[in-house]
Amino acid sequence: MKTFESSTEYRPVIGFEIHVELATKSKMFSPAPNNPDEKTPNTNIDEIVTAQPGTLPVANKEAIRLAAMVGLAINCTIDEWSKFDRKHYFYPDLPKGYQISQYDEPISKNGYLDIIVPGSLSASSDSASLPEGENNKVLRSKRIGITRAHLEEDAGKNVHPEGLSYSLVDYNRAGCALLEIVTEPEIESGEEARVFLTELRNIIRYLGASDCDMEKGTMRCEPNISVRKPGETTLPKYKCEVKNINSFKFAEAAINYEIARQTEILMEGKIPKQVTMGWDEKNGVTVEQRSKEEANDYRYFPEPDLPVLQFTKEYLDKLRAEMPELPAQKSARFKSEYKLDDAAVENLINWKELTFYFEEVVSEIDEWLAQDSGDDLKASATDRQQLIKAAANWCLQDFSAMLNAKLINPQDSAVTPENFAELLKLIQRGKISGSAAKTVFKTMFEKGGEPLSIIDDLGLHQVSDESAIESAIDKVILANAKAVTDYKAGAEKSFGFLVGQTMKELKGKGNPQVINTQLKKKLKD
Amino acid sequence: MALEFLSLTELRKLLDSKKVSSVELAKHFLSRIKNNGGNSYITVCEDGALKQAGDADAFINSPGDNPLLCGIPYAAKDLFCTDGVRTTAASKILDQYLPPYNSTVINKLNGQKSVLLGKTNLDQFAHGSSGETSAYGATKNPWDETRMPGGSSSGSCAAVAAGLASWATATETGGSIRVPAALTGVSGWKPTYGRVSRYGVIAMASSLDSIGAVAHSVEDLARLAEVFSGRDEKDSTTGHQGVPAYAADLDADLEGVKVGVPKQYFIDGMNPGVKARVMESIKELEKLGAVIVDVDLPNTKYGSLVYAIVCPSEVASNLARYDGIRYGHVTSDAKDLLQVYEKSRAEGFGNEAKRRILTGTYVLSAGYADEYYKKAQRVRGLIVREFAEVFKQVDVLACPTTADVAPKLGHAADDPLFGYVTDQLNIPGSLAGLPALSIPCGFAKPADDDVELPVGLQIIGPQWGEQKILNVGYAYQQATDWHKRHPRAAE
Amino acid sequence: MLTIDEVIKLAKLARISLTEAEVGRFQKDLAAILDYIDELKKVDTTGLDPVSQVTGLVNVQRDDRAKVADNHKQIFSQAPEMKDGYYKVKAIL
Repeated sequence: MKTFESSTEYRPVIGFEIHVELATKSKMFSPAPNNPDEKTPNTNIDEIVTAQPGTLPVANKEAIRLAAMVGLAINCTIDEWSKFDRKHYFYPDLPKGYQISQYDEPISKNGYLDIIVPGSLSASSDSASLPEGENNKVLRSKRIGITRAHLEEDAGKNVHPEGLSYSLVDYNRAGCALLEIVTEPEIESGEEARVFLTELRNIIRYLGASDCDMEKGTMRCEPNISVRKPGETTLPKYKCEVKNINSFKFAEAAINYEIARQTEILMEGKIPKQVTMGWDEKNGVTVEQRSKEEANDYRYFPEPDLPVLQFTKEYLDKLRAEMPELPAQKSARFKSEYKLDDAAVENLINWKELTFYFEEVVSEIDEWLAQDSGDDLKASATDRQQLIKAAANWCLQDFSAMLNAKLINPQDSAVTPENFAELLKLIQRGKISGSAAKTVFKTMFEKGGEPLSIIDDLGLHQVSDESAIESAIDKVILANAKAVTDYKAGAEKSFGFLVGQTMKELKGKGNPQVINTQLKKKLKD
Repeated sequence: MALEFLSLTELRKLLDSKKVSSVELAKHFLSRIKNNGGNSYITVCEDGALKQAGDADAFINSPGDNPLLCGIPYAAKDLFCTDGVRTTAASKILDQYLPPYNSTVINKLNGQKSVLLGKTNLDQFAHGSSGETSAYGATKNPWDETRMPGGSSSGSCAAVAAGLASWATATETGGSIRVPAALTGVSGWKPTYGRVSRYGVIAMASSLDSIGAVAHSVEDLARLAEVFSGRDEKDSTTGHQGVPAYAADLDADLEGVKVGVPKQYFIDGMNPGVKARVMESIKELEKLGAVIVDVDLPNTKYGSLVYAIVCPSEVASNLARYDGIRYGHVTSDAKDLLQVYEKSRAEGFGNEAKRRILTGTYVLSAGYADEYYKKAQRVRGLIVREFAEVFKQVDVLACPTTADVAPKLGHAADDPLFGYVTDQLNIPGSLAGLPALSIPCGFAKPADDDVELPVGLQIIGPQWGEQKILNVGYAYQQATDWHKRHPRAAE
Repeated sequence: MLTIDEVIKLAKLARISLTEAEVGRFQKDLAAILDYIDELKKVDTTGLDPVSQVTGLVNVQRDDRAKVADNHKQIFSQAPEMKDGYYKVKAIL
């Protein structure tokens, strides 16, 4: 397998065509159900989907709303007028012999997305350096232009049984609402591509416009890649499109592979052919696909069956007012308000459901603090910071691991945000030790229930009672005279041993802070 | 009294008073169809009609009011999808097609317990003005069986003219209701584009297709218009306007009604007899109180040219779905998938369809779309504007429907421009989406024979101006009896 | 006039196989039609917007409600060939 070695000779120019299947209940132009999980072929069909003679399309209001929302979120201009057009080509998965799409008046155009990428890579990019991240990485912001985003209907799926002389067609996906997003050729590395795609996916997910699942095919990305000499401003005369990419990781790998392949050809003094490549994930290479015999001639014309679309100022204002907090804003807020570190924020944001869950836990914490803060407001502000940080840690560590093992989202687990926050409170209040809390959480996850009753059931109350701890320490000191002497002689290690023995004496339920303080005091005596 | 030529209200009275049953009516028409169909029907629904008639009789015999069309036999142009009933569009490619659903209009008619006698012949996929492009043979004009009835609603018009149905559904893209109505001497209504749902009617050119009806009188058409019209959630292009009580509001008083006579509609070389009949009928309207105004529509001549681009473009697109995969004819002689497409379509489509598909494909293809398609759309705008201006001066336009009476059969076959010329007086109004009627206004002789053939008076109204044209047509029919003449062969 | 090759190319684009005789006939027919519509080029349309719809309707949309069709059997019964619930076609290359 080839690997990409950064070449000083050539720089890549990458643009994307991204298809996102919108999360509507019904199809784009028919009331047949939209269900990407449907396994039985030709279930989500009706006379419209199968293009029976005489049938007519009726546009789905929600699909148009979602498309406009995405357009606004990626900073596009939405003109007052838009329309649908027919795009003609023959293929068995295209029932009408044309696809209803948008040609010269897409819903959205001229947008952009700012992404944050490591390092400064290209002198030509209009990047501004950001303050250094916590991990001392140099970060920079880069703006990727969005050419357009238009609404269309999806095609069905063709299945090709291996070695047989026929193919099979399933129209379950045919007619589903599809948003096609086209970027400017402004992406300059596989890594930038991955970051861009992640950011775009997060935005669309946070809008609830699609689940953007590359594996399921509700998000499909096709990069157009070419390379040119640094300083060149015109686009190369060729470009290679790569298909069959079903994860961001593969997108990055396929792009890097193509850059290397094309660079090698150019280094030999040749010009790469303009071809469509397919990503072979097994071998980690791109493979040339059969080139089409005839040039496409789609014969677009305005769809006569669908009246034009008008986006009034009132409508767009309403959408803007409905716009939820987007991932970039959320991530900035998590850093500034919650003081979470970059890595934690990134990991949270990339899992929308976990982020939403985390925020529910935070509001539970706030509710509790509001009730409890009567006596000492200052203490509760610090409490809040600590509790939120703990919430993030629990979400990203134990909770994530358990959810991933079961392949479910937090909302589908037995742990309610209320109980989650309650557990954090008990830890913070010293009612339970960190290790015991892990046991409690595991039970909450497996069986559900409130932490307090689980603690009761399992007898995991932390002993903070000073006299009980003191008597345990006394016992330990008596029984471990050598360790005591060693400690007093300066062997810090022995202190830990004595703490451990005390904890053992308390059956693991001792409050470690109290043990520490008490033991230090006793050993000084 | 001949049952076959009775009006809807007369039939309603007979049925409601139990003087005749729906089954008797259906049998009457079915036997007439059997005796001399003139190739008006592609499919006759004998069993279905008798069953529907039986159901209608049961409904009539139960207490309560009966809907207008309950128990009344009608025919549907074979372009209307009828659930489980063969629907061919007069093509080979849909020879055995059984639609899995009903068109909206058929649903409305079923809702009234109408009785469907059968599916009528037409130009294949409605492509034509002669009735001759049908894959099931040409329909004969009941006034002279050596002549064409006009198209594309050839079977519907011929059937009504010959008393083979009380009335029939029809469709028009650029003259397909008006032309055959004129040539067969029946009353035809081409509604405002968007007045009637197109859902379930096999598409010809979607931006022009209008769904209407042919009947024995304007009064019947007004009643049918009330049933047909209205917004349909399944057709996004139907207007949201309410449906007036067209029949109840029919008004024969033409006092002060301004009737425009566009000089461009009296073309050079038109049949002098046709011209004379139309001028006489305009005089008649004047006698009834109408104010006759000469108007100018100079862009009329471009109508057929625009249509010759727009129509094939939309046709090529609408016929792309016939690929032999989900329904319809599939070739038995294909080595690979490409041949399945190419041969199924070659075997399934007739000449006219192929010609339109090729024309449409050409004018939309890369490099030509601006020159042809875009240009045509701009000129279409010019025509729309011109009509709008004229309707600021007049209430309706009156003019001939066609420039000649029915030509001989075979006349259209090898002329690729036949339709564009025949329909030139209908197409401009279609491009603007205007409503129109064609009603019988007398007889004239063709140049090639000594035979009297029906002439049609065309009444064109402004968009949504159904009531205006119906009123003028109604007033004319109150004063004349041309619409009560029937071909001898039918008597 | 379109060349024979252009007619053949059009027929390919439209997925209709033509016999040699048909190619010749449609070449002539298309020439007549193109000749006929040529006059349109003379019309002055400066400042005119293209008109593709005449209803004046805007934003006609339906609410996003799914409806499971009850006519699957009838729809499938119209297919020339099906296999395991799929539409069957010759191999797509």
